[in-house]
Amino acid sequence: MSVQTWTFLLVGITFALYIGIAIWSRAGSTKEFYVAGGGVHPVANGMATAADWMSAASFISMAGLISFLGYDGSVYLMGWTGGYVLLALLLAPYLRKFGKFTVPDFIGERYYSQTARIVAVICALFVSFTYVAGQMRGVGIVFSRFLEVPINLGVVIGMAIVFIYAVLGGMKGITYTQVAQYCVLIFAFMVPAIFISIQMTGNPVPQFGFGAALNDGSGTFLLDKLDGLNRELGFAQYTTGTKPLIDIFCITAALMIGTAGLPHVIVRFFTVPKVRDARSSAGWALFFIALLYTTAPAVAAFARTNMIQTVSNAKFADLPAWVNNWKDTGLIELEDKNQDGIVQYVADKETNEFVPDRDIMVLANPEIANLPNWVIALVAAGGLAAALSTAAGLLLVISSAISHDLLKNAINPNISERGELLAARIAAAVAVVFAGLLGIYPPGFVAQVVAFAFGLAASSFFPAIILGIFDKRTNMQGAIAGMIVGILFTALYIIYFKFINPEANNAENWFLGISPEGIGTIGMVVNMVVTILVSRLTPAPPENIQDLVEDIRIPSGAGKAVAH
Amino acid sequence: MSKGNLQQYWKTNLRYLVILLAIWFLVSYGCGILFAEQLNSIRLGGFKLGFWFAQQGAMYVFVLLIIIYVRLMNSLDRKYGVREE
Repeated sequence: MSVQTWTFLLVGITFALYIGIAIWSRAGSTKEFYVAGGGVHPVANGMATAADWMSAASFISMAGLISFLGYDGSVYLMGWTGGYVLLALLLAPYLRKFGKFTVPDFIGERYYSQTARIVAVICALFVSFTYVAGQMRGVGIVFSRFLEVPINLGVVIGMAIVFIYAVLGGMKGITYTQVAQYCVLIFAFMVPAIFISIQMTGNPVPQFGFGAALNDGSGTFLLDKLDGLNRELGFAQYTTGTKPLIDIFCITAALMIGTAGLPHVIVRFFTVPKVRDARSSAGWALFFIALLYTTAPAVAAFARTNMIQTVSNAKFADLPAWVNNWKDTGLIELEDKNQDGIVQYVADKETNEFVPDRDIMVLANPEIANLPNWVIALVAAGGLAAALSTAAGLLLVISSAISHDLLKNAINPNISERGELLAARIAAAVAVVFAGLLGIYPPGFVAQVVAFAFGLAASSFFPAIILGIFDKRTNMQGAIAGMIVGILFTALYIIYFKFINPEANNAENWFLGISPEGIGTIGMVVNMVVTILVSRLTPAPPENIQDLVEDIRIPSGAGKAVAH
Repeated sequence: MSKGNLQQYWKTNLRYLVILLAIWFLVSYGCGILFAEQLNSIRLGGFKLGFWFAQQGAMYVFVLLIIIYVRLMNSLDRKYGVREE
């Protein structure tokens, strides 16, 4: 069968599966809609969290990114996994004990303030919308490359699928579809990785093949070979960094802390029955994520070695078919600049004749390694699973922020259960359409802004939640001042270097040599200092709030997530 | 649970957190970033050690840390009788 038939078949089967699950797990109450009734098994929640967390970017772009960055790409690996340690140890169990539905719920109640709640809602909406637009775009791109439908039609099909299970099932439907989506995406990621690891090193475990010797008879280690190839072509050595130490440090920290502060991740821990389930569920989530994240750098090294050996100094006439296939989609640029009929792939931009897009490292990897057609189709189904699961999780945060935090808690506290559920469904439906429009007409800055959502989450939510649990003395004044100063500092720094004065965006002008990607770490520290100082200078929080803090620190009596 | 017991429970919890987060910091920011260059002179099969920590080792340790934390807290919950049934 051709690649295209396989792709239609696999994508069709997985989509039917998602819709089947959605119909089976319809939400009947607001509690089911927001937190799946608080009855999800910790392992299932771990899988759902992993699928929720790993977006189209993790699945499609990350290995490619590392492939071109080498050691410097480690910031994404450590940054996007290390945050789960913070989540498990510092946030998840306490927020589960608190037992409401959303992050603004916690901020609003702990800081006994409608203003704090609204600030949190605005931060949550801003972070989630920038994210979700990128996911919808990812769905469109996978459709257009593998099924040869126009990108916009792809976005509309993706919207329709998410619409069905997010609007019908709420968190309950989303959780169980995400479990299925995790299985699809991890299978799709591992199969080509294992094939290639065997081909190149004879070791079936990519994590070990990564550090093994090549089986071309030379006995050279893969990474030494790659360092050598990079050096020969004038690139930086693969296993050592080029970015300044302080910047690597700050970017990693911003990604870690941002992960722990993202509302669509935090809210997943409201769905398990007990405090101890919240702890173990974070462990399961990280285990399922680490499966992909420890494989990705191996794929990156395999793919780069393979690509250089195939392309560098090959005759233009002898290039394999995949080069021209991907050239047609615009993801490879190829030009015989010096007319010698041989491909020069070198670091020097003037003479370099081969420019691959980083996304093809995963998308074209099976073709580069000559794997069977069904494996290529599997990658398409996996990319779609990754994009759809993340989009659904984000849409739920958006709809609950509107129906629960704004409508129920700020505008009309007397709304009935059925009214709120209807409002949640309408909000989800509107959000799906809005996200789809952002995917069809992407504003130019979306791609840039997504990367900064982490810095913004780190500098706004994280300190307010942590101090709310670990420091009884933190009060309303401190938290509000901290959140506003933190997010403004970070946002202005990013806006200045990215939009107002992009020419100045280099290490010489950066504050302490920290790039806009890493500035969230400083924003977080600023937020903490402001929160603690202002809290000490203003009256302590009321007695009942101090009791609330005592209460969330011990697990017993967590009960079920209670409605207000 | 009495006030004194609660404080004792909380103190032990905080001690666990400090130790576990110190290890968390050491493997990622320490071995993977700050001392990566020095560690790179040591080899682990085909890996340079600093590079291995940054792209593999730190993530394994993260998973282990959560497993240890879950076990420690479960037994602490039992000891102070605050485990949910």
